[in-house]
Amino acid sequence: MSDVAIRVENLGKLYRLGEIGTGTLSHDLNRAWARLRGKEDPFAKIGETNDRTTKGSSDFVWSLKDVSFEVKQGEVLGIIGRNGAGKSTLLKVLSKVTAPTAGRVKVKGRIASLLEVGTGFHPELTGRENIFLNGAILGMTKAEIRSKFDEIVDFSGVERYIDTPVKRYSSGMYVRLAFAVAAFLEPEILIVDEVLAVGDAEFQKKCLGRMKDVSVNDGRTVLFVSHNMGAVTSLCNKALVMGNGQVVFDGGVQQGVDYYLRQGNSATAGSYRNEDPKPNDILRVDLLSPALESQTNFYFNEDIILQVEVVISDPEKNYVLGFRIKDQTERNVFTSQIAIQDITDQAGTYTVQAVIPHSTLVPNRYTPILALHIPNVEVAAYLEDSVSFEIEETGTDFFQYAGNDYGCVFVDCKWSLI
Amino acid sequence: MQTLHVPQTPPVASPTAASEDHWTEVIQPRTRLLDLGLRQVWNYRDLVMLFVRRDFVSTYKQTVLGPIWFFIQPLLTTIMFMVVFNGIAKIPIGDAPPLVFYLAGITIWNYFAQALTSTSTVFTANAAIFGKVYFPRLTMPLSIVLSNLVRFGIQLALFLVVWLFYLFTTDKVHPNAYLLLMPALVVLMGLLALGLGMIFSALTTKYRDLAMLLTFGVQLLMYATPVIYPLANITGEADGWKKWLILANPLTSIVETFRYGFLGEGTFNWMYLGYSTAATIGILLVGTIVFNKVEKSFTDTV
Repeated sequence: MSDVAIRVENLGKLYRLGEIGTGTLSHDLNRAWARLRGKEDPFAKIGETNDRTTKGSSDFVWSLKDVSFEVKQGEVLGIIGRNGAGKSTLLKVLSKVTAPTAGRVKVKGRIASLLEVGTGFHPELTGRENIFLNGAILGMTKAEIRSKFDEIVDFSGVERYIDTPVKRYSSGMYVRLAFAVAAFLEPEILIVDEVLAVGDAEFQKKCLGRMKDVSVNDGRTVLFVSHNMGAVTSLCNKALVMGNGQVVFDGGVQQGVDYYLRQGNSATAGSYRNEDPKPNDILRVDLLSPALESQTNFYFNEDIILQVEVVISDPEKNYVLGFRIKDQTERNVFTSQIAIQDITDQAGTYTVQAVIPHSTLVPNRYTPILALHIPNVEVAAYLEDSVSFEIEETGTDFFQYAGNDYGCVFVDCKWSLI
Repeated sequence: MQTLHVPQTPPVASPTAASEDHWTEVIQPRTRLLDLGLRQVWNYRDLVMLFVRRDFVSTYKQTVLGPIWFFIQPLLTTIMFMVVFNGIAKIPIGDAPPLVFYLAGITIWNYFAQALTSTSTVFTANAAIFGKVYFPRLTMPLSIVLSNLVRFGIQLALFLVVWLFYLFTTDKVHPNAYLLLMPALVVLMGLLALGLGMIFSALTTKYRDLAMLLTFGVQLLMYATPVIYPLANITGEADGWKKWLILANPLTSIVETFRYGFLGEGTFNWMYLGYSTAATIGILLVGTIVFNKVEKSFTDTV
């Protein structure tokens, strides 16, 4: 299987920021005038990349820029990237909902996406009528739908209500019927967005199962967009990492996930410097990988090294350096500390390392609170938001519970058969 | 492009250069101006029919009278017109019985007005579905015009009953050979509504002002079309600019010819009708081009 199913060439999509509607007429006239003279669109400043965190100089932004990649027939491609990296825009262009500004996409076969489940259902029509309508919207002919009608009804499990208007359906029945139609579309290329993760567990399982079925048994091409690295690693065989509207990595799924996790995350900070230290204070804090490189995203099975530099002017006082790990919901997970007198009895600047053992913290985002203090007497330094890090789901046994709260720490209990 | 034939298994890979070039579809920024994708619309013809059915079924679900509403609306309008324009304003309408005269005008006018108003909101009303799934957008306005055609057919039946009654009981109704033009008139009317509707729907995605304009614009346009008066009333030399205004309206000769064929009363002129046809084709062409241009990017602006 080396045939190319999708070839994307220098794809670009320009979006206008801010309010649409004011000044559009004058912009339109300006643009038309520029085009008449054979000049470039005056409002499309070339070279402005899409970075939502910084303020650009132009109102226009490239949501996708020079995106090129190929997907071969039967491949399952995971598309990963942070929020706003351009994943959804790419899907929109691929599913032809919006046209690209530049470049082109060549496609072999029919594309269907599971993000459009239930689109076009009309509440007044019966289930039967809606199956036909929805199927036709997704590109099936009447004859095709008729031949699959029984299977669809069977799969949905709402046979009893098939001649009832869907507005009388429970939301669960509605989704089941909608998904059943999409599931039997049998496209050559299937696009699955993480959006489907909002359904209940059974629905998710069904979607993922259908996806696996489609790719493994039918040899169809699947594009899968997700933030769940566990699902990506287990389902995909290739990965495309996007950042600021560009493809930053294209290759094997494991390397892709690695790359994604090694990328700096704007939401986490790996180091902290104290610019204005007191006589007894924390000077700097660094999060390091086992290879002692600065890092904020860690695998579940990777040691996390918290390196702290302290300055001590009064070694005779009973200072304690400690940190407490807090998770995203402000829940305290654990506390760890060391007495300064255990390290030294001299004044000076010292660097200490604490290793948070691997396979302990479950995938989540954590913030260490650091303190240099004399218990119940004096707080010399207290850092609440100095650094933070993320443990990524990379295929632990728990990835199927993503979104559920299954605790903060992983304990490898001894299970035995008695 | 979507093909009708859907293989159960993906095409077998063949590593030749020729197969590499065999793409089913190429997505690119701006296609040629006249690339209307009519073949795609044809592939989706089942969808058009299902939309027509949906419009029809959903409009009258949960109403007591159901499709009878199709009759009530033109009848009440006709009676109102008879009272106001014939009874009070005493606008001369020639020898024809007022009931047949007004009903003829209203039947064909309603077809145009309803098709136009509903096609003009295609993009804004369907933004949610258009934003999620692709199908040829042209199917939507097409299905709207078609479902209005069905509605027109029913209202035409009502008109025919009234007309036959007058034909056999009085000698004021004189049908003639121009009656044979009726199907062509209906098609012209539909295409004109489609073309104008597409222009409006495409432009309202950006400039919402046009939606405001259209609702009362259609009402005003009725008075610029000989619906409640015969064209003969204003063809005199003294009418000057008014005459040219009415004649510049491509709807004028369509409505007038429609009534002339049935009643034998009014004006018929091949030149006027030719002008209407040319205008319709022009508007339809512009409409399709504008519509196709907007459909590619409207999700970003709507």
